[in-house]
Amino acid sequence: MDIQTWTFLIVGLSFALYIGIAIWSRAASTKEFYVAGGGVSPLANGLATAADWMSAASFLGMAGIIAFSGYDGSVYLMGWTGGYVLLALLLAPYLRKFGKFTVPDFIGDRYYSNVARTVAVIAALFVSFTYVAGQMRGVGVVFSRFLDVDVNTGVYIGMGVVFFYAFLGGMKGITYTQVAQYCVLIFAFMVPAIFISIMATGNPIPQLGFGATGEDGVYVLDKLDGLMTELGFTAYTDGTKSTIDMFFITAALMLGTAGLPHVIIRFFTVPKVSDARKSAGYALFFIAILYTTAPAIAVFARTNLMETVQNTRYGTIPSWFKKWEDTGLIAWTDKNSDGKIQYLPGAALEGKKPEFIEFRGDSGERMISNYSKTNKNELYVDRDITVLANPEIAGLPNWVIALVAAGGLAAALSTAAGLLLVISTSISHDLIKKQIAPKISDREELWIARGSAFLAVIVAGYFGIYPPGFVASVVALAFGLAASSFFPAIVMGIFSKRMNREGAIAGMIAGLTITCYYIARFKLGWIGKPETGGTKYWWWGISPEGFGTVGMLINFMVALLVSRFFDAPPKEVQHIVEDIRIPSGAGKATEH
Amino acid sequence: MDTSNRKKYWHKNLQYLAILLFIWFLVSYGFGILWVDELNTIRLGGFKLGFWFAQQGAIYVFVILIFVYVRLMNRLDKKYKVND
Repeated sequence: MDIQTWTFLIVGLSFALYIGIAIWSRAASTKEFYVAGGGVSPLANGLATAADWMSAASFLGMAGIIAFSGYDGSVYLMGWTGGYVLLALLLAPYLRKFGKFTVPDFIGDRYYSNVARTVAVIAALFVSFTYVAGQMRGVGVVFSRFLDVDVNTGVYIGMGVVFFYAFLGGMKGITYTQVAQYCVLIFAFMVPAIFISIMATGNPIPQLGFGATGEDGVYVLDKLDGLMTELGFTAYTDGTKSTIDMFFITAALMLGTAGLPHVIIRFFTVPKVSDARKSAGYALFFIAILYTTAPAIAVFARTNLMETVQNTRYGTIPSWFKKWEDTGLIAWTDKNSDGKIQYLPGAALEGKKPEFIEFRGDSGERMISNYSKTNKNELYVDRDITVLANPEIAGLPNWVIALVAAGGLAAALSTAAGLLLVISTSISHDLIKKQIAPKISDREELWIARGSAFLAVIVAGYFGIYPPGFVASVVALAFGLAASSFFPAIVMGIFSKRMNREGAIAGMIAGLTITCYYIARFKLGWIGKPETGGTKYWWWGISPEGFGTVGMLINFMVALLVSRFFDAPPKEVQHIVEDIRIPSGAGKATEH
Repeated sequence: MDTSNRKKYWHKNLQYLAILLFIWFLVSYGFGILWVDELNTIRLGGFKLGFWFAQQGAIYVFVILIFVYVRLMNRLDKKYKVND
């Protein structure tokens, strides 16, 4: 069977599975819709959290980012796993004991203030919308690459599937489909990785393989370092980022992870406080399987690329090179007209994507108009190719390639669904039930929740089809905002009995404002003169990706300072704090 | 549960947190970032040690830390009879 048929078959089967699960796990009450009835086992919740967490970007993009940034890529590996330690130790058990449905619920009750609740709702909506736009786009891209359909059609299909199970099952439907999606995505990620590790080093465990020796008896990493330095690149195992920037980016990603509402909300679904701790452990274990494999794939892919293309005549290049050139993910310009590919430091293009023209060059390559004339690098490679092209480069059977498509879709859909649930819950529960119309019945609230899910899917789909300019900065934005708003507010709500409404609100607003300002100034270029938006104007050399950490520190400082000038929280709030510190009597997540 | 026991329980919890978060900080920010160059002079098979911590070791330690915390807290909960 050819790749196309296999892909339709495997993707079709996986979608049928998700929809089947959705029908089996319909939600009958708001409690089931918001927190799956509070009866999810820690193991199932760990699997679901892992799928929720790992997005299209983790699945398709992560190995590529590391392959092309080497040691610098460690910020993502440590940042997106270390946050779970903070979650397990500082947030999850206490929020589970608190036993409500959402993060704004906690902020609103703990700080006895609807203003605080509203700030939290706005932050939750903002973080979730920026994040979900990228996911819907990811669904579209996977469809277009593997199934030859238009990107927009892919977005529509993705919207349809997500809508079906989010609308019917809410958190309950999402949880059990995510369990299935984790299995699909991890299988799809590991099979090619294991094959490639065996081919490169004879070791079937990729985590060990990239520290082993290749056929020539040289350590894989030493060989790659050698190949790279020889051509003038920085050695793979050495970084180019400054230590302070590495530090702040890692911290912002960790703190952001621990503050993302769609991750936190997952810990409301388990029956007990001890289960919340345990399921954070399971979640990180399942995430770590992918995150420790990605750097191995990165090394093998980078080595393979360097060895295959360097000084190779275009006419004799393997067929995968031309195939990905046809899709626009690879572009080559023969700058020195020797008919051979030179892959050297420096950007091969002006701008981000190659602009192809109608003509073919002397060697038969697709010609581009925007090649860079200031360096000798002839080759542009899209980072996403690392995972996408792996099975082909390793010569794996067609069904494995189809599996990668199903895995990418599972990763994108599971994350999108988790985010859509946060959005619909924020609207139906935090805004309508808690503030606008407290008298509505459970049944009515359930239908409002479904209606909000419908709206959220439409908006997310719209962003997927017409991605706003800031989607590229989504990571910096979503993590920076979560780190500078939720994380400090929740931690102080648990660990300080003295923290009051005034302090928390002032802290959140200060943290959000300064982080938004910095990102708007240095990442988006919306504020200030463009000529002062460059790297050398960064404060203390911290990049916008890492600035969430500064926002977090400012949030803490402002909150602690302001809280001194106002009364301690009322007695019943101090009792809440006393109470959430003790696990016993958690009961299932309830509304009151 | 009386107030003094509550205090003792919470204090012990904070102590565990301090120790575990210290290790969390050490393996990632310490070994993986701040002292990465020094550690890179030591080798672990084909890996430079600092690089290994940044891309593998820190993640393994994170997983272990959470499960250690789970065990410690389950024991502490039982001792103070606050397990759920």
